[in-house]
Amino acid sequence: MRNKLAAGASLFILLILLSAVFAPLIATHNPAAVDSRSVLTGPSRQHIFGTDRLGRDIFSRIVYGSRISLSIGFIAVGIAVLIGVFLGAAAGYYGGKLDMALMRFVDLMLCFPTIFLILAVIALLEPSILNIMVVIGLTSWMGIARLVRAQVLTLKERDFVAAAKVMGAKDSWIIFRHLIPNAIGPVLVSATLGVGGAILIESALSFLGIGVQPPTPSWGNILMDGRATLGIAWWLTVFPGLFILFTVLSYNIIGEALRDLLEPRLKK
Amino acid sequence: MMKHIIRRLLGLVPTLIGITLISFFVIHIAPGKPTDIQTSMNPKVSYEARLRLEKLYGLDKPIYAQYLQWVKRFVSFDFGRSYLDDRPVSEKIAERIPITLLINFSAIILTLVIGIPLGILSAVRRGKLSDKLSTIFVFIGFSAPEFWLALLLMNLFCITLGWLPVSGIASLDFESFDTCGKIFDVARHLILPVTISAFASLAVISRYMRTEMIGIMGEDYIRTARAKGLDENTVIYKHALKNALLPIITILGLSVPGLIGGSVIFESIFAIPGMGRLFYESVMARDYPVIMGVLSIGAILTLAGNFMADIAYSYADPRIRVTKDKKLS
Amino acid sequence: MSVLEVMDLKTYFYTSHGVVKAVDGVSFNIEKGEVFGLVGESGSGKTLTALSILKLISFPGRIVDGRILFNGIDLLCSDDKLLRNIRGSKISIVFQEPASSFNPVFTIGEQITEAALVHQRIGRAAAKRKAMEYLERARIGDPKRIYNGYPHQLSGGTKQRAGIAMALVNSPDLIILDEPTTALDVTIQAQVLDMLDEIIHRERLSILFISHDLGVISRMCDSVAVMNKGRIVETGPVKNILNSPKEAYTVSLLESVKALS
Repeated sequence: MRNKLAAGASLFILLILLSAVFAPLIATHNPAAVDSRSVLTGPSRQHIFGTDRLGRDIFSRIVYGSRISLSIGFIAVGIAVLIGVFLGAAAGYYGGKLDMALMRFVDLMLCFPTIFLILAVIALLEPSILNIMVVIGLTSWMGIARLVRAQVLTLKERDFVAAAKVMGAKDSWIIFRHLIPNAIGPVLVSATLGVGGAILIESALSFLGIGVQPPTPSWGNILMDGRATLGIAWWLTVFPGLFILFTVLSYNIIGEALRDLLEPRLKK
Repeated sequence: MMKHIIRRLLGLVPTLIGITLISFFVIHIAPGKPTDIQTSMNPKVSYEARLRLEKLYGLDKPIYAQYLQWVKRFVSFDFGRSYLDDRPVSEKIAERIPITLLINFSAIILTLVIGIPLGILSAVRRGKLSDKLSTIFVFIGFSAPEFWLALLLMNLFCITLGWLPVSGIASLDFESFDTCGKIFDVARHLILPVTISAFASLAVISRYMRTEMIGIMGEDYIRTARAKGLDENTVIYKHALKNALLPIITILGLSVPGLIGGSVIFESIFAIPGMGRLFYESVMARDYPVIMGVLSIGAILTLAGNFMADIAYSYADPRIRVTKDKKLS
Repeated sequence: MSVLEVMDLKTYFYTSHGVVKAVDGVSFNIEKGEVFGLVGESGSGKTLTALSILKLISFPGRIVDGRILFNGIDLLCSDDKLLRNIRGSKISIVFQEPASSFNPVFTIGEQITEAALVHQRIGRAAAKRKAMEYLERARIGDPKRIYNGYPHQLSGGTKQRAGIAMALVNSPDLIILDEPTTALDVTIQAQVLDMLDEIIHRERLSILFISHDLGVISRMCDSVAVMNKGRIVETGPVKNILNSPKEAYTVSLLESVKALS
């Protein structure tokens, strides 16, 4: 049952990815096309998900928006993984003062509500898509760093590390060729779950108006319109939200499935 | 025990210093000087006036001096005055904090009251329908964007059904109610924000509870408890539960920053005059003193929450409360 | 009438790799006042036999066949209420790992008192006194401190003694000891076995003593059953089995011990 669910989730993600890549082929309209005649119309044959205040087709905006939301998710997590793996491995391997300092730093970063930090930084710089990716990445690496550190701590006592050292291998070689590949499991799980998390953060930011700026569509900023038209145009709220829900849900399901796969619980 | 508490308190000091550092530098990432916004908007402001303003905010001094000044003021909670209305930042925060704390505190209570039983139920009825249903519920809980749920529920309860008020924390004729009425009125306004705020952490707690309970039920001492002739309820609710609740304390502590951060969104959607909304407004208006103030207070609240969770855990877990070096034979 | 009659007990495990016949047709009797040993290598099914007696087998295992007569009552046909009455009061069990007897978040005393309160109609104070009394009988020095102590504060030997005290507190008819000293240091082992010896003979208890250690079996038991791969190979008085084993497996078991010593 679990596996069928994970398979279903993977299929969904694949579909979303494909539609993001082939957006021009799938979208029924030009997402930026303003049509003052069909302002705020409900779902119809012409506009599957209805239109917004400027008469733009919601379906097409969601399809194009998936490009933005997904790429932000991936790159932000990519940045987080890079930083987290690097710092976590360094802390775990070298131990001592470096480890203490890094872990203190992690604790410190975790003291600040993520949204607060992101808001503050984004507001001070301008909300470009690049900035958003970088900031989300910069505030999400802590969990991964801890995971990698824990793995490296256990692994570095193992024989193959001692053997490598005896052979005169450089530290960086040991870290990159031996320790990190073995620590990849939990990182992969974290990264998968992290993509979902990044998408949620981006959509929250866009919803608040500090994320992806209109007219570029992102699932979050379509919802911003939904807020303004609450009660009148339910389709502006329901559809983008459903997409976010199912995408994040799929990533969560896949992440949990990976976790079950890579970290089997050893019971008698 | 006291020694432990004091040791932990001292451990907070470096973190507090770190907080001052980060909140200081976050502001100074911005290109240009913080006073630029104020002055550049107004072309009539002369160069001398700009210099005067900078001197007022101590911006003419080198960075480390500015930082030291910041730390000095931090300790006395003096975050300066708001750029918008020139009121002391600490005052603005002080009047908003109670609401945010009320909402978050209620959210924590809701999380515990619903999340823990839900998790236990899932564990006890593992594999059955109720477990599957609550698993679905929980997964949706941490996959759905909270602001979206807020909008949907708002649509349902406030607009369509009209049961709950749309915004604010009190009705217009609040003053005319008696005490009971006042409490009821505030409750009506806060039900939705509290519920949605709790949604995600409820999902996490219930999932964790389930995993913990399932793990503990497989432990040897549970088998012994059954071998002693205890009935299943006692085994679950006395022996297993007490062990499972311990890590929950830590998780609660860790969920504090999420709750505080989330309040930015809810307070904006429900127009609640809390700290989160203050932060949002000050970010939009580039009101740096307020930004720095709320950032710092938010971090301190998180620190406090973690600290209390830590102490509570040390007290609750006998393995920590009664130190190992008091070994008996 | 024997205290315990196990007849053709079969406990199987239904795993994804197939059916594991952990206990496959085991039969033996324990008379009143007898110390009956069950010896075999790890994995021979000894512990699972013990767990089956108390019907403590959980998924994916199941007791599929057999009868277990305790003082005439078939345990495998009894309802939960009866079983709970018997567990811990008429039949108790002490497990191999000292830590497995106690919940880490309650004191030792609380847990022994709990065992007494569940089965005896006495007040809390009386139960407490009983708990202390048995802690003393288990040769625990300063029982009051141990009573108020938590499991993590105790050494393995003390924990195991406390576990034995907990098994005795309701004066059971039969006690199952599953490798009670295997996890302890050699010196402590001897002390605990001494203590057990004294208690068993003073109270004239019936014991099912499980071990893989033939030395311990020969010291403590009156009769012994040799178990291999879920089946009993040979049964008889200890002296007979050790000196003149009839079955090939028993012989090889004895040989391997001789080879090591």
